[in-house]
Amino acid sequence: MGGHFGSDEHTASPVVGRALRLGIGGPVGSGKTALTAALCRSLRDELDLAVVTNDIYTTEDADFLRREAVLADDRITAVRTGACPHTAIRDDISANLDAVEELEARHPGLDLVIVESGGDNLTALFSRGLADRQIFVLDVAGGDDVPRKGGLGVAAADLLVINKTDLAEFVGSDLALMESDAARVRDGRPVILNSLRTDPAATGIAAWVRSVVPVAAP
Amino acid sequence: MAGTDAALLLLADSRLPAGGHAHSGGVEPAVAAGAVTDVADLTVFLRGRLATAGLVAAALAAAACAHAAGPADAFDALDAEADARTPSPAQRRAARAQGRSLLRAARATWAHPALDALAGTAPHHPVALGAATAAAGGGPGDAASIAAFTGVTGGASAAVRLLGLDPLAVNRAVAGLAADIDAVAARAADAARGPWAELPAASAPVLDLYAELHAGADLRLFES
Ligand SMILES: Nc1nc2c(ncn2[C@@H]2O[C@H](COP(=O)(O)OP(=O)(O)OP(=O)(O)O)[C@@H](O)[C@H]2O)c(=O)[nH]1
Ligand SMILES: [Mg+2]
Repeated sequence: MGGHFGSDEHTASPVVGRALRLGIGGPVGSGKTALTAALCRSLRDELDLAVVTNDIYTTEDADFLRREAVLADDRITAVRTGACPHTAIRDDISANLDAVEELEARHPGLDLVIVESGGDNLTALFSRGLADRQIFVLDVAGGDDVPRKGGLGVAAADLLVINKTDLAEFVGSDLALMESDAARVRDGRPVILNSLRTDPAATGIAAWVRSVVPVAAP
Repeated sequence: MAGTDAALLLLADSRLPAGGHAHSGGVEPAVAAGAVTDVADLTVFLRGRLATAGLVAAALAAAACAHAAGPADAFDALDAEADARTPSPAQRRAARAQGRSLLRAARATWAHPALDALAGTAPHHPVALGAATAAAGGGPGDAASIAAFTGVTGGASAAVRLLGLDPLAVNRAVAGLAADIDAVAARAADAARGPWAELPAASAPVLDLYAELHAGADLRLFES
């Protein structure tokens, strides 16, 4: 590691006259789709929302969101990533930009477009050309040494979510250690411990999203 | 030739952020059908694709490049020629998605009237490539070479990912196709000097069928 992220923060939101684009990344199975669904349920009455999923092999995540009816079908788009999920959110964001722009054209006045990355490794990071803000989701059951190992997502995401805290006691993960290791590499950027089992509305994360979405006064 | 302009090398670079990485050029359905299983199969597949879809794409790219200083509305006619040479709807969608992405990348990089003329449209990829080549300072021969070359390298890289082929062996196979790529590009550039209606229309029915099967497949990694 050894990267210095301090000077690399997002500056003031570049979002003027278009939806805020929020990337949600993290390892396979950490809870990205479940969090996306929770955020849609918590925010859809106050924000105009759409979602792009980056499925690896199927359209499973988009199908899940449609099945759960968290949003109308035409607000959910799936993108394929040619076996390279990080390429599609970082090096070559074309397909995701196309999907976001199509959703914006179809739904004028969108406040927020969530882009869920395909499950990836700890080096994945959204390009700033695609996401204005990004959340990185870790799974407690993935091992409590993951925040210490760091990686671009853990260190530089605007919000780090340590998810599935309800499983900590079963897998022997030390939550306090995870939180302090994360804080050490994150230079003051926020960390939220979360369980979608005990808090299906993802209250803390929804509040953070509200704080970054510039909403015009009604 | 004294050397190749760096600006043109950018267009041939697989790292060009123009959406190409999510397209396999028909390799994924060929792998699914068991037609490509190793480097030898891949070489045969790429040679066949180069002689058919590759030639057509190279000629369209050369024609678009030659036309870059011409009247803006004529790109529609060339785009219609591309449609007529792409019988598979899935391939037309894929070609337009890649054309739109390439146009975005080119417009973010260079300023040129041909790119302005295409702005807001989703042209076939070779049409966008021809305009981008002109914007980068190249001519029809360059556009044909880049189209023929990237058609081969895109499929080769998809095969490496799908089959876990040895990338060194695949690179050697691609190098072995270099003379064929050059020959196709030369033929394409030559053809682009004539009327558009007479541009090459070599067809590859199996690629068309693969593209349609692929679009309906449940499990796939690539858009096309
Ligand atoms: N116990 C528990 N399970 C959770 C929690 N959040 C998500 N899950 C479960 O974890 C599994 C994976 O969740 P997903 O949301 O599909 O994970 P993902 O990150 O989108 O996965 P990929 O897109 O495949 O990388 C599902 O079975 C979820 O129900 C949580 O807080 N606690
Ligand atoms: Mg998911």
